[in-house]
Amino acid sequence: MIPLSWYLILAGALFCIGVYGVLARKSAIGILMSIELMVNAAIINLVAFWRYGDPNNVSGQAFAVIVYAVAAALASVGLALIISIYRRRSTVVAEDINLLKW
Amino acid sequence: MTAMQILFLGVGIAAVLSAMLVVTVRNLIHAALWLVVTLFSVAITFVLLDAGFLATVQVVLYIGAIAILIIFGIMLTRRVMMSDVGPQVNASWWLGALLSILLFATVTWVVLQMDWPSLPTTDLSMTLNELGHSLVDPDKYVLPFELASIMLIVALIGAIAIAWPGKESQ
Repeated sequence: MIPLSWYLILAGALFCIGVYGVLARKSAIGILMSIELMVNAAIINLVAFWRYGDPNNVSGQAFAVIVYAVAAALASVGLALIISIYRRRSTVVAEDINLLKW
Repeated sequence: MTAMQILFLGVGIAAVLSAMLVVTVRNLIHAALWLVVTLFSVAITFVLLDAGFLATVQVVLYIGAIAILIIFGIMLTRRVMMSDVGPQVNASWWLGALLSILLFATVTWVVLQMDWPSLPTTDLSMTLNELGHSLVDPDKYVLPFELASIMLIVALIGAIAIAWPGKESQ
C-alpha cells in the first residue's frame, strides 16, 4: 500500500519545479510548459485526496475533469497570445515584452 | 516494500527528473518532449490511484492535445529561440531556485507532520458510472460542467480572435 503522503510529496515536487520554471525561464513558451506542470501537480492532489477520502463520493474526480477543461483553455489562450506577440514584436522572451511595465 | 511501492517510486522519480529537464534543458523542443514524459508518468500515477478514466483523459488531452499545441507554438516561434545566444534562464534564476526549494521544504515538512488516513478498501467498480451520472445530475455538478464547456468554447474563440492576423501584418 502506498501512503497518501508519497503522492502529496510527488505533487509538491512537481509544483515547485513548475514554480522554478515560471520564475527562471526566459522563453514565454517555457513558462507556459511550467504552468502545465503546476496544473498537473494540482490534479494529482485532487485524485489522491479523492482516493484516500471517500471514493464513493466522486467530487474529486469531477473537480479534476473541470480542471482539465481549464488547462486546455489556458494552453490555447496562452499560445494564441504568444503567437500574436511574436507576430507584432518578433520576440518570445518574457523580459522583452515590457510594453505594460511601469 | 511492496511491488506497488516500488512501481510508484520508479514512476515518481521519472516524473520529477523529466520535470527538472523540462525547466532546465536549453532546446525548447527537447523540453516539450520531456514534458510528454512527465505527463505520461502522471498518467501512470492516476492508474495507481485507481482512476483509469482520468489516466485516459491525461493521455488523450494532455499528451495528445496540449503537448502537441505547445510543440506547434515552439515551431511557429522558433527562429528567435533556436539561434538565441546566451542562457535560457534570466539573471535572477537563483532566486527562483531558492524560493522553490524553500517552498518544497515547507510542503514536505507540513505533509510529514500530518497524520493521513490509510487507503480505504471500498468497492470501486461503479466509480466511473457515478462520475458520469454526477456530471449530468442537476443536484450535483451539471452547472460547473456546463460552465466549464462554455468557458472552453469562449477561450477557443478568443484564442482564434487573438491569433488572427491583423491588418498591419499583411
